[in-house]
Amino acid sequence: MHHRGGPRPAVHAFKEGMGLETRTVVEPPAAQEAPRVPAIRMEGITKTFGSIKANVNVSLDIYSGEILSLLGENGSGKTTLMNMLSGIYFPDAGSIYVDGKPVTIKSPKDAIDLHIGMIHQHFKLVNVLTAAENIILGLKGNFVLDLKSVRKAVSDICDRYGFEIDPDKKVYDMSVSEKQTLEIVKVLYRGADYLILDEPTAVLTPQETQKLFGVMRNMKQDGKSIVIITHKLHEVMAISDRVAVLRKGEYVGSVATKDTDPQQLTDMMVGRAVSLNIDRPEPVNIRKCLEVKNLSVVDIEGVTKLDDVSFTAYGGEILGIAGVSGSGQKELLEVVAGLQPARPGSSVIFTDMDGKTSSLIGKTPMEIKKLGVHLAFVPEDRLGMGLVGNLDIADNMLIRTYTEGSGMFVDMKKPHQLAEEIVHDLEVVTPGISTPVRKLSGGNVQKVLVGREISGKPSLLMSAYAVRGLDINTSYTIYRLMNEQKQRGAAVIYVGEDLDVLLELCDRILVLCAGKVSGIVDGRNTTKEQVGLMMTHLGLPEEVKA
Amino acid sequence: MNQFVTQAITLITTAISYGTVIMYGSLGEILTEKSGHLNLGVPGIMYLGGIGGLVGSFIYEMNTANPIPAVCLIIALLSAIICSVLGGLIYSFLTITLRANQNVTGLTLTILGSGVANFFGGSLSKLAGGVGQISVAVTSSAFRATQHLTDGLGAVDRLLFNYGFMVYLAIVIAVLMSFFMNRTSKGLNLRAVGENPATADAAGINVTRYKYLATCTGAAISGLGGLYYVMDYINGTWANDGNIEALGWLAVALVIFATWKPLRAIWGAFLFGALYWLYNYIPGLTRSSQQIFKMLPYVVTIIVLITVSLRHKKEDQPPSSLGLSYFREDR
Repeated sequence: MHHRGGPRPAVHAFKEGMGLETRTVVEPPAAQEAPRVPAIRMEGITKTFGSIKANVNVSLDIYSGEILSLLGENGSGKTTLMNMLSGIYFPDAGSIYVDGKPVTIKSPKDAIDLHIGMIHQHFKLVNVLTAAENIILGLKGNFVLDLKSVRKAVSDICDRYGFEIDPDKKVYDMSVSEKQTLEIVKVLYRGADYLILDEPTAVLTPQETQKLFGVMRNMKQDGKSIVIITHKLHEVMAISDRVAVLRKGEYVGSVATKDTDPQQLTDMMVGRAVSLNIDRPEPVNIRKCLEVKNLSVVDIEGVTKLDDVSFTAYGGEILGIAGVSGSGQKELLEVVAGLQPARPGSSVIFTDMDGKTSSLIGKTPMEIKKLGVHLAFVPEDRLGMGLVGNLDIADNMLIRTYTEGSGMFVDMKKPHQLAEEIVHDLEVVTPGISTPVRKLSGGNVQKVLVGREISGKPSLLMSAYAVRGLDINTSYTIYRLMNEQKQRGAAVIYVGEDLDVLLELCDRILVLCAGKVSGIVDGRNTTKEQVGLMMTHLGLPEEVKA
Repeated sequence: MNQFVTQAITLITTAISYGTVIMYGSLGEILTEKSGHLNLGVPGIMYLGGIGGLVGSFIYEMNTANPIPAVCLIIALLSAIICSVLGGLIYSFLTITLRANQNVTGLTLTILGSGVANFFGGSLSKLAGGVGQISVAVTSSAFRATQHLTDGLGAVDRLLFNYGFMVYLAIVIAVLMSFFMNRTSKGLNLRAVGENPATADAAGINVTRYKYLATCTGAAISGLGGLYYVMDYINGTWANDGNIEALGWLAVALVIFATWKPLRAIWGAFLFGALYWLYNYIPGLTRSSQQIFKMLPYVVTIIVLITVSLRHKKEDQPPSSLGLSYFREDR
């Protein structure tokens, strides 16, 4: 609380010795000239979880009628900091002021009373209840539920800001963007003047994101303050007035959006200069690797997940797969990996590096392996399908090789060597190879998984949301590994959700729309908007066809 | 009246009395489970309710020359509720505050409750002078008093008005609970706590208070089942036959059968009672083939589980966070 009383610098300079030699611009431009009174001021906030310091002496100002981006890598303490405003966590030290008065926020209820509302990244909604029921949850009201007046109030809010919502729809019937709309209406209904949105665009299509930004601008004009947590730089540039950056739990500084650019923000975020360009080496020695024809998949409940999907993946290129989540990406990868049955008439032909072909349809993973097919799979659910959380790094290597070794004994030596190599080569942060994988952070878990999968020198590498939840550094490591496999001659299938990354990394992009192939486009000359359109409407837009 | 009708009437009245014990246990457990806590201590809590009521009224009757029936009722009800709420508090403290494993805590509570109850049930006859079965005659007859419309012999009278007041009270509680859970804001909050405590917490609901209140009120209701069994079903005495425990497990099964809906628990309880006693009305059964019939309630519960799973209707599923502890600052 060393700032109390004295004048505070408008901009916190970078901490010295953070390794910013590579850039000349060190001081971010001043954010606010006039001495405005912040609507919310957090001062000297510290929060630790066991030995982990999530926030260290963070001070942050939030002003009325302003959109503030809170930027930082994973684990930099953005969500933790905001959770202390919304009453989920209680700070170990520091003070919070609302409209200049010191306040104590002990529970979410205190936050609601202070008109602070947070839209959490993992929605806080009850699935079996309707929209209206979720909205009035926990509010003081008549003993007997009065849903009629809620409906009225909800439609008023919707008209005012341009939402669409059906108060009687159950949450489990809602799409992701509907759920998010409901969350926003919920906090507005509670009279929130300060809205915190935690990575709201992570699950939205570009069109839905634009719609959300429109709503946010409406709310800003209404005098509300909005904090948006994100690590997508182009969104920061598009929506915010001011950017505050956190790094490793510490406050780095804040800048006015109009005075900064993505490169400067990245440098502030990472603490050193980082190249933001993703490599895309030209494909060489292209050969047919995986030919999928007329693939259809129906799930247990009889819902068609994939409908007549045909494409070819080539060795030496990265084939991206884009689509709204749940468009059949998971099923597509799982059929190839032998984890899902396909409808009769589907065909998946694999051609290995020597030109030998084999059909993968109807085969188990073990049969596929015995065919000599070197297939690597990095599934979406890293600790569920990819690795065993309670086993250590070495034992997780064993999962791929337990059939090797002599007689009934497994070979323990090679997995240990491999684990050591991966930890060393990919800079996995771990106390040792005998640490259970679940104790590692998300990025390190993914490095272990990808490291194991590419160690078998695969001819086909499939990955689903390989960089989801990872910070910039680890993401770029993953892109580099994908490119290495591509240059080795492997066919790489990259299912992704960040269209910017897909368009920069992939040679071709297959766009799925509700289980059908909407089109296959060239990553070099397609725009994000075109891919976004194809994700929601079947078929290629005119300008891509031409 | 021919033999078939007489037999049918006897079966139905037996089913209703027996079912009422199950219904109380089940209603209490539904309320508890709606807050996200799976209390497998229902049989133990029913034991506690039964022995609590019995000890209370026994002391009163032994020390009073002319016990007043109304006072007997109040003492029995109060002491049953206090004892079962104590059981509920043990469970709540362990699972809500200390976040102990709910299954283990519940099963332990069942063992504890049956042990405590049978210990005191056995000691009571010693207190009475060690002469055979103890009995709380005044209390029991107050519990069993019926209000017939006519002479009490007609079919309608025998089917509908041949029971002590606790049978009707159970139905009233079920209807009130259903109204509470579906039509009131507190009920909505309770459902939210059981479905997703983090969401409820973020919405400003005091999750701990709801869990404690639901679990302890649930225990009180379950305990009334034990009291009804002791005072009405076996006429105000104690039996070391383990029947309360069997009924308690049937109550847990009934929660699943009723898909967590109090109104369904009403007819479900009567159905369970009928199925359980069906063997008495099937001619030619031996001791061993009777047992096959006694398992019918469990068989229908399994069938319900299968159909509910197949239909996959979200409203028929257990509360999503059932069995999981909640801590706000978990990461």
